[in-house]
Amino acid sequence: MPVKTYREAINEALHQAMADDASVIVLGEEVSGGAGCEGSRDAYGGVMGITKGLLPAFGEERVIDTPITESAIIGAAAGAAQTGLRPVAELMFMDFFGVCFDQIYNQAAKFHYMFGGKSQCPMVVRCTTGAGWSAGAQHSQNLTQMVTMVPGLKVVCPTNAYDAKGLMLQAIKDNDCVIFVEDKMLYDTSCEVPDEMYTIPFGEANFYREGSDLTIVAISNPMHKVLAVVDRLAEEGITCDVIDPRTTSPLDEEAILESVETTGKLLLVDEMTPRCGIAADISSIVAEKAFSSLRAPIRKVTAAHSPVPFAPNLEQAWMPGDADIEAAIRELVEYV
Amino acid sequence: MSTATKQRPEAKKKAPVLDRDQFLKAYRSMRTIRSFEDKISEEFMKGNIPGFLHLYSGQEAAGVGICELLNDDDYVVSTHRGHGHCIAKGGDVIGMMKEIMGKQGGICDGKGGSMHIADFDKGMLGANAIVGGGPPLIVGAALSAKTLGTTQVGVAFGGDGSSNQGTTFEAMNLAVVLKLPAIFFFENNGYGEGTHASYAVGSRDIAGRAAAFGMPAFKVDGTDIFAVTEVCKKAVQHCRDGKGPVTIEASVPRFKGHFEGDPQAYRGENEIETLMKEQDCLVIARKAAIKQKLATAAELDKIDEEVAELMGRATEAGLAAPVPEISELMDNVYSSEY
Ligand SMILES: Cc1ncc(C[n+]2csc(CCOP(=O)(O)OP(=O)(O)O)c2C)c(N)n1
Ligand SMILES: [Mg+2]
Repeated sequence: MPVKTYREAINEALHQAMADDASVIVLGEEVSGGAGCEGSRDAYGGVMGITKGLLPAFGEERVIDTPITESAIIGAAAGAAQTGLRPVAELMFMDFFGVCFDQIYNQAAKFHYMFGGKSQCPMVVRCTTGAGWSAGAQHSQNLTQMVTMVPGLKVVCPTNAYDAKGLMLQAIKDNDCVIFVEDKMLYDTSCEVPDEMYTIPFGEANFYREGSDLTIVAISNPMHKVLAVVDRLAEEGITCDVIDPRTTSPLDEEAILESVETTGKLLLVDEMTPRCGIAADISSIVAEKAFSSLRAPIRKVTAAHSPVPFAPNLEQAWMPGDADIEAAIRELVEYV
Repeated sequence: MSTATKQRPEAKKKAPVLDRDQFLKAYRSMRTIRSFEDKISEEFMKGNIPGFLHLYSGQEAAGVGICELLNDDDYVVSTHRGHGHCIAKGGDVIGMMKEIMGKQGGICDGKGGSMHIADFDKGMLGANAIVGGGPPLIVGAALSAKTLGTTQVGVAFGGDGSSNQGTTFEAMNLAVVLKLPAIFFFENNGYGEGTHASYAVGSRDIAGRAAAFGMPAFKVDGTDIFAVTEVCKKAVQHCRDGKGPVTIEASVPRFKGHFEGDPQAYRGENEIETLMKEQDCLVIARKAAIKQKLATAAELDKIDEEVAELMGRATEAGLAAPVPEISELMDNVYSSEY
């Protein structure tokens, strides 16, 4: 099977979905790049290069470079979604949700319910998240929890190229507003990805590793830190269930609960601030529904409760790190 | 005031727009910005600067033109392309260098970086990594000035791209409604990232929009420090007189990529070379000043040397400074007991 990067996998999904369904459009800032300029169009193909090649393939009618105007981009996508198109809107950095959040959570998320099931909003909002580039306090935040808490939104956070393609194709087919969260640290990671179209259903967790000492649930880039640590500790005989929910809404509670029932111990890892994050959310679900299975306190490794600092050493300290993850695993394993 | 008025310098014979001392000060500030940007570009290439860098090179006369008319207690809010505004407002270059390198002694303790450069002692309320984040903030700063009964003025810098953001429109309207001493200063460098203003600004006339909000506007050649100064004097006075907000659109070239490392495939052939040859505000300022006998080439060269020496010192200080202590991570999340 061909090996593709996370970036290539999402790009391929967009190409295939647009070829497959004429109602799919892409819009956002620099999704092509070069609009109105003397030089070449498709100059960027998105600031992360994810939408590269779509403009030459599908034209300006379906690949729309917008001014810098997030409220109108997301609102236009929502309005178009209600009226026959399947827009994939790019928000560039997840931090920019702040500019257009009304169009997401008061508009797109609520149409179907508020209008008694008579309106649908089949749109995807793509955004880049995550720290690690010293991009500062307004270009590094993972705000997955903010969209996960909104009823009506579906939230996808792929951790590998295979999932990214299958989840993107599912997101475009889905009839609800889907927030597609791409971790910027993962774009260059690669794995085997089939050439043909395939979908991965929402709400189905992926078990990266299986084991018996404890259950680890991780979201986005921190998953790869977890895997590195877990594989190292496997040499000492420590084995873990490592679960990637793949979508935080819907959440595959069953997979997590079943695992905790056998291991009795749970570690949650994400790169969000600790209060009201995904780790905190899953922790409450497990405490409520699998209390009798727990043989140790639930542990969370998250980012610190501060804005993301700029200085690289502070940023590293802010993020959940390998050492924090290893310490938490050891603590849980030793807990009797 | 239905349309923006185009201002030409020295249309009529009168007192010079800048006297000798004022010109030399403005020139030094412009040169400081250019040298600062050149220096950090070099250090970025060497891997000594983390994160994103958006350089102000080519736009110096715009920021310096207005900031030279402001006092330390007047306010400016800036953009992601904020080093120039910070220096123009009198910001501490050594502290800025340390900040951009993510070091101790940085002007924001290494917490902010290039996109959040600020100097509160100089009324520079911060660069902003959210396009359109600044204009509403300057409305607030101008509201403070008005409410507290001072004659302070607030300037919101923005680009052609930011002129299309809803927050910008809302701020302009609110400033008119409340009749605030705010200046919306748009530096039109032709680009928002790799999208041209002729595409993204529907009316192709940023200053022209001001009329619809009910405020006066000026368009000015932002490569000409004299022209910028002349227009800004009127705008600042208008605000200090309590007559409400003003919009300025300065056309400027952007010599560098949107960010350092930008391949710039959207540029025309030889575009940058031509811009640098024909629209370099420092070259234009030197020529004009020598012609007007405001300064000699030797005097200007000397300023260039002094600035180069300062940049050398700032860079050394930045490189030598230690990184922040990890224990500082949680400092200043809140300003009082938590
Ligand atoms: C809300 C928001 N949207 C998009 C961006 C990404 N972005 C950063 S700078 C920029 C272009 C800004 O153009 P302009 O206002 O003309 O300023 P210039 O870069 O030319 O100084 C864009 C789109 C952002 N930082 N914030
Ligand atoms: Mg611009």
